[in-house]
Amino acid sequence: MPKPPLSQRPEPNSETCFQNLILKLQGYWAGLGCVLLQPQDQEVGAGTFHPATTLRTLGPKPWNAAYVQPSRRPTDGRYGENPNRLQHYYQFQAVMKPSPPNSQDLYLESLKVLGIDPALHDIRFVEDDWESPTLGAWGLGWEVWCDGMEVSQFTYFQQVGGIECNPVAVEFTYGLERLAMYIQGVENVYDLDWNGLADDAGGVRYGDVFLRNEQEQSAFNFEYANTDKLVQHFIDAEENCQSLLALDNPLALPAYEQCIRASHLFNLLDARGVISVTERQAYIGRVRALSTKCCQAWLDGEEASDG
Amino acid sequence: MAELLLELLSEEIPARMQARAAQDLQKLVEGGLNKAGLSWGTSNAYVTPRRLCLVIDGLPEKQPDVREEKKGPQTSAPEQALKGFLGSLGGLSIDDCEQREIKGKTFYFAVIEKKGEPTSDVLAGILNAAFDALSWPKSMRWGRSNKRWVRPLHNILAIFNGDVVDVAFEHIKANNQTKGHRFLSPNAIAVTDFSNYQAKLKHAYVMLDPADRRALIMNQAEKLATHAGLVVRTDDGLLNEVSGLVEWPTVLMGNVDERFMQLPPEVLTDTLKVHQKYFTLLKADGSLAPHFLTVSNQVAPDDGKAITAGNERVLRARLSDAKFFWDQDRKVTLESRLAELDKIVFHEKLGSVGAKVLRLQNLAGHLAQFTGADRTQSERAAKLCKCDLVTGMVFEIPEVQGVMGRYYALHDGEPENVANALAEHYSPLGPNDDCPTAPVAVALALADKIDTLVGFWTIDEKPTGSKDPFALRRAALGVIRLIVENGLRLPLLEVFAAARQSFPVELRERETENKKPRSNVEDEVIGSYHDIVHCTDLLAFFADRLKVHLKAEGVRHDLIDAVTALGDEDDLVRLLARVEALSSLVGSDDGINLLAAHKRAANILSIEQKKEGVSYSEAPNADLFDQDEERVLFDALNEVGAQAKVLIGEEKFASAMTVLAQLRPPLDQFFEGVMVNTDDEKVRANRLKLLSQILAVMGQIADFSKIVS
Repeated sequence: MPKPPLSQRPEPNSETCFQNLILKLQGYWAGLGCVLLQPQDQEVGAGTFHPATTLRTLGPKPWNAAYVQPSRRPTDGRYGENPNRLQHYYQFQAVMKPSPPNSQDLYLESLKVLGIDPALHDIRFVEDDWESPTLGAWGLGWEVWCDGMEVSQFTYFQQVGGIECNPVAVEFTYGLERLAMYIQGVENVYDLDWNGLADDAGGVRYGDVFLRNEQEQSAFNFEYANTDKLVQHFIDAEENCQSLLALDNPLALPAYEQCIRASHLFNLLDARGVISVTERQAYIGRVRALSTKCCQAWLDGEEASDG
Repeated sequence: MAELLLELLSEEIPARMQARAAQDLQKLVEGGLNKAGLSWGTSNAYVTPRRLCLVIDGLPEKQPDVREEKKGPQTSAPEQALKGFLGSLGGLSIDDCEQREIKGKTFYFAVIEKKGEPTSDVLAGILNAAFDALSWPKSMRWGRSNKRWVRPLHNILAIFNGDVVDVAFEHIKANNQTKGHRFLSPNAIAVTDFSNYQAKLKHAYVMLDPADRRALIMNQAEKLATHAGLVVRTDDGLLNEVSGLVEWPTVLMGNVDERFMQLPPEVLTDTLKVHQKYFTLLKADGSLAPHFLTVSNQVAPDDGKAITAGNERVLRARLSDAKFFWDQDRKVTLESRLAELDKIVFHEKLGSVGAKVLRLQNLAGHLAQFTGADRTQSERAAKLCKCDLVTGMVFEIPEVQGVMGRYYALHDGEPENVANALAEHYSPLGPNDDCPTAPVAVALALADKIDTLVGFWTIDEKPTGSKDPFALRRAALGVIRLIVENGLRLPLLEVFAAARQSFPVELRERETENKKPRSNVEDEVIGSYHDIVHCTDLLAFFADRLKVHLKAEGVRHDLIDAVTALGDEDDLVRLLARVEALSSLVGSDDGINLLAAHKRAANILSIEQKKEGVSYSEAPNADLFDQDEERVLFDALNEVGAQAKVLIGEEKFASAMTVLAQLRPPLDQFFEGVMVNTDDEKVRANRLKLLSQILAVMGQIADFSKIVS
């Protein structure tokens, strides 16, 4: 896809630039008592995989956290040729347990902070039930639409790792690139203004940071990832996870990291198109078997330390 | 008389669940009122994305008093019986009971008078029970709640006769307040009764009645369309859905960039309608106009300019995705994608989609002779029909499978017949879906479904009860409709057998040892023993589906049974012709009489045969006839039997029925004048054989024992 002429790019703006939107969201949720965390240092498919959500939404203890999570969806790679599709993108995630009674108001306030005035726009809560078969998790909630565009996922967790959530946590997930494109009025993700500086004064665009990454990672995901090795890595991660959980004192967190690894390896195998429909179900079942055990082990450890 | 007003305010209720929930709540509360002996005048339920509302008018302020009499034992009864009676009354003593005389004996009578409770007290119980009993397709907990609702519940407004009813949902206690539109009027509103509530809500940008919202949406939409010289494409499903997403609808018109209008209309419609929930607009010539209507839930100070611009931008992003695929997909031919189909699994045991395509080429080619299609074109269409599954567009928008095949085939220069067949070969998808009529399309549509059915029958994956994961019932119905509506003369058993030949022999020859064929079809017609078992079983499945299909058209089950019980009828068009002829016969006077005669003959025979364990199926001996009625009947049976056979062979079923009706007089005379069970054993046996002839002759036409008179 040819690059659009520079004239179609928005003027740099330090208020609405990509990095400032992240800062605004961090500031807002920190102000509400969320612990600001950094991303999980592993490849994951979504912010939900971060232990700060998967594990911490279980059990009785209150927990509020917010973080950016780089997320990878190998099958969404388009070699940098599609203006809306990325195999690597940023999610901003806030999670609160128990879910506050005014969760919807808190969320809408965050849109105002980002510069989206609900009085000028058409904000809608459209049914979208969330389910993660690999995490054995599900919840009810909505896609939040702003003028017909999905800007967030809003979910009340009901189960994680096959375990009932009690109290219930609420998760707010923002797709940062899409949101920023909307706010900046950009039609091609690679044109996003990253740091608010003019092009001739150190201005950086999304494409400067990530275009080559999309090209190369797409090639890796679709063409060069060695499937035999991926399968072997998957088996290794699965075995590591199981042996860590089989210890007299199970190591829930390291085991969960192995589970995350297995999940990502499965995604890569899926992108390589080597998994048949029935095999796919079997792989998902294997990852779910790991994640549910990790969740139980984590919860057991919490109860033991409290007792 | 007083009014109950109830409103449950929650976070956004999924549109598809709203109407049902409002009805269920209404039924539950009405049921509670009935049980409590409370009558009412009118009852209405309303629903918006955030509220369930119920208003019931004309309720009494208290329950009616109830007077109940209970009859006890006689005054002379032992102490024990008296105690038991008093015990059942709860607190009454023997002095409270009256003594009454019935037929000279004196009995105790208890008269219990129950004062009616105030309605507001009774209502609290009824409403609480209704909240607990209301079931949602999916419900959830939130915060520290233990009770479940569809989404977090925020407020209960419950007023009876001006006062708040004392009900609660966990910590949420009922009050006399509600809130207006989430953005346009978020403050609390105090309410006195329904008319006050409805008026205040309207003022607070909430249109309570879904019917009003629907009407307003259509009204605004039509105005905007007319103004632009266009017509709104009406869509009740979409209208219901969007009216469930807004409390205060404002319709806005946006533009679709001209550069996207070259996309196939099915792709445009899918994106606009399914994903964006927009109404589409048509030009005077019926083609899609480059505009859309979105229903917003907002009254913006800029008249919706920002909202329209935002929607247009979202649409551009979505359609540029679609255009990307449209452009990419057409860079290679459909045919060049064939190899990729080998990588897609159709079913674990039945192999890849590529393997299915090879089978379809054989079968569609074979079927061409029956549909009047060109064999080469049928094979070509079969070869290409699944290739669009590996295009970017179908990967993105699975709903346009088949349709995209058509566009890409035309782009590749394939014949129009072939391209259209690609688009139509999944049809008909249900009882109301259009049925293909073009010969190539019909051949391919039949082949696709028959291959699937025969395949799953071969691996013994048949629908059971409510489980039909591969939609095999729908596939069979599709085949039935294709055959019947196009009047195709298709010998199904032979076609099934031909389809089976394309499956690997290991699959075909397993697990059938203990099963017996359900028909006496000749081996050479459909091949091996395994083939017979599977094909006849599949034909029986078709007979069941046919009954379901014809039930909708008012055809009697038993008549279909009577024809299919003959066993070898695998030509659906002929089968239906027989059923129709039979139907007019059994509706006539002659038919009813024949049926009665058949029943009588069958009954006598079955009783005698059972008694003696002897069969009387051989032909009677004319020399042993004792009475004229026997001889006349015998001659008539021979004559009618021979004529019917010829007529059936010529498929003149109505005439065959007329001939059959000629049996009525001799039959009537026989049963009137002849005593079957006489003392002369030889004459008796011969008469039983004559009865057996009646059944045999009538049995050429149908199995009359299946017909319910």
